[in-house]
Amino acid sequence: MAVMPFAVAAERELADGQLRANLGRATRTIRDKRARVVAEVADWEPMRDRAAAVKDEVLDNLAELLARFEAAAVAAGAVVHHAQDAAHANAIVTGLVQGQRAESVVKIKSMATQEIGLNEALEAAGITPIETDLAELIVQLADDTPSHILVPAIHYNRSQIRELFARRMPGFTATSDEPAVLAGAAREYLRRTFLAAKVAVCGANFAIAETGSLVIVESEGNGRMCLTLPETLIAVVGVEKLLPRFADLGDFLRLLPRSSTGERMNPYTSIFTGVTPGDGPQRLHIVLLDNGRTQVAQDPVGRAALRCIRCSACLNVCPVYERAGGHAYGSVYPGPIGAILSPQLTGQDAGFNKTLPYASTLCGACYDVCPVKINIPEILVHLRQTGPKPVAERAAMSTLSWVMRDRRRWRAALRAARSGSAPLRLIARRHGGTLRRAPWPLSAWTAHRDAPLPAAESFRDWWRRTHEQS
Amino acid sequence: MSLAELFAERAGDYRAGMHHCTEDELPEVLAGLLAGASKVVLPPGVPAAWTTALPVPVLADGPAGTVGRTGTSSAAGAPVGDDGLGSGLVHLLTPAELDEAGLSVLTGCAVAIAETGTIVLDAGPGQGRRLLTLVPDHHVCVVRDEQIVADVPDMIPALADPTRPLTMISGPSATSDIELNRVEGVHGPRRLDIVCVHP
Repeated sequence: MAVMPFAVAAERELADGQLRANLGRATRTIRDKRARVVAEVADWEPMRDRAAAVKDEVLDNLAELLARFEAAAVAAGAVVHHAQDAAHANAIVTGLVQGQRAESVVKIKSMATQEIGLNEALEAAGITPIETDLAELIVQLADDTPSHILVPAIHYNRSQIRELFARRMPGFTATSDEPAVLAGAAREYLRRTFLAAKVAVCGANFAIAETGSLVIVESEGNGRMCLTLPETLIAVVGVEKLLPRFADLGDFLRLLPRSSTGERMNPYTSIFTGVTPGDGPQRLHIVLLDNGRTQVAQDPVGRAALRCIRCSACLNVCPVYERAGGHAYGSVYPGPIGAILSPQLTGQDAGFNKTLPYASTLCGACYDVCPVKINIPEILVHLRQTGPKPVAERAAMSTLSWVMRDRRRWRAALRAARSGSAPLRLIARRHGGTLRRAPWPLSAWTAHRDAPLPAAESFRDWWRRTHEQS
Repeated sequence: MSLAELFAERAGDYRAGMHHCTEDELPEVLAGLLAGASKVVLPPGVPAAWTTALPVPVLADGPAGTVGRTGTSSAAGAPVGDDGLGSGLVHLLTPAELDEAGLSVLTGCAVAIAETGTIVLDAGPGQGRRLLTLVPDHHVCVVRDEQIVADVPDMIPALADPTRPLTMISGPSATSDIELNRVEGVHGPRRLDIVCVHP
């Protein structure tokens, strides 16, 4: 849920030069890497179509596939729970951790647990959640929130991280701020934690209905540590993470790493099914999380947002995200996908969610790169149409629609705009022919962008003058 | 380009150490790669021929099924039988034992993927429990040409049983979380050596 209007938050973030430099460099780098590895794949476009169709199949048959997943997972030794909303899921997980008498849990980076605010719920119950992904650890030690789905600490540089570790990481003594030294310090600190951990909490990238398997895609090996060493593993999985068949992984494991980090394959992918005697956790709990998803699946346009596999390719190509950064969205899911997921999952009326569908130029770059072909601009427009509208836009649009409904009114309005703007044209010439400030309700437009002035002559007038005189 | 050549190129891109040999040369190559280790961790089912030339002591892990019979991992540390390699009694290695400095682990794999330079372990013979290839700092993996498939979708029919614990490994563990600088070796083995055995 967005806590302040996007435009207000973005204005604050835009003033941070360091942030803009970090973001610009990061998004450009990942964008270029992605483009290179996607170009290698001859059947990329048909694969996107197939992946979108598989995800739609999941949404069409959600109840049936959930039942199949549950039966297979239970047969393999897992315990499956169903959570209606965030509070329900948090209560289940907290109860399970308390049942193991654990005072802390190690965590794999998971958007689902961020969405439900699991860390806060665990802390309230006296349980310490320890984030083990390096970037999440940085963000957690700083008492901050992530700003990117894939690289949550994209807004910190190395000297800020060294200073943070020195202040907050027990046993940290390094004086260098080389990334290898900092990562090494995190390895030492977390190794002790992994070896002592009794309970781990993870999400899942995919859940296979056919076999009851969970799939976790990662780079650092902290995921493998959490999935292998503790005796108890609790997975919080959004119901839209299902894939019908094991064979569906063939496409999705080609699409995700290339779209996400711009690699042909990420360093580690773990696929596990229930409990394996003697290998890994002997107690596996899977919490299937709804939290508004079945509601979103009812919306014929908005439901495509549930295809999302959280790759973050749309963030890296978005001209708005690249400048404003993740915090401006004020919601767990930032960027273009966040602008369509957050209002749908937590409600358009909640907080300032209604401003998120407007955090876009509708340029469509996000749709072009989306591996599951979510038409993000279409859903943004849909949410603008169905959601509460800003007052100024409502006023401007109703006037405009009255004017445009009649040809004579329209022509008269254009002529009035032209003659009205004639004196402005002199001033505007200094700004390249654009208008910087207009009166209300048009000021809502010019507060953040320049407005073009009407042409001195309309096409119809020009045609009449040059072709119909003789 | 053959699948074996593509696999070697792509796995090399991740800065895994790539080595090539024939079946006959394998023991010598492995001995060379593992000479610097304090001990070599061996999962059950590693072919005896691989270890004939090893210059360092081995640390053999008991078969995972043994623990299944005793029900919990609390059996770790208890002798459960001979590993058949002549090293005497073996037991299930604990995470603390595997965390000892200087350890290397030697495994085979279930499948390898050429396009992505990936090795796939399925906890089968010669691969063992998942923590064996996670906690030690150095992993040496043997890949035979006939185990290499073209791309990710081809991996699936090549797996004996997809519900076994699967680990797909593409290079050493890595992070790019600090200013997008790639750092190898965060939590998994910091060094990965792949030995390609050609006919």
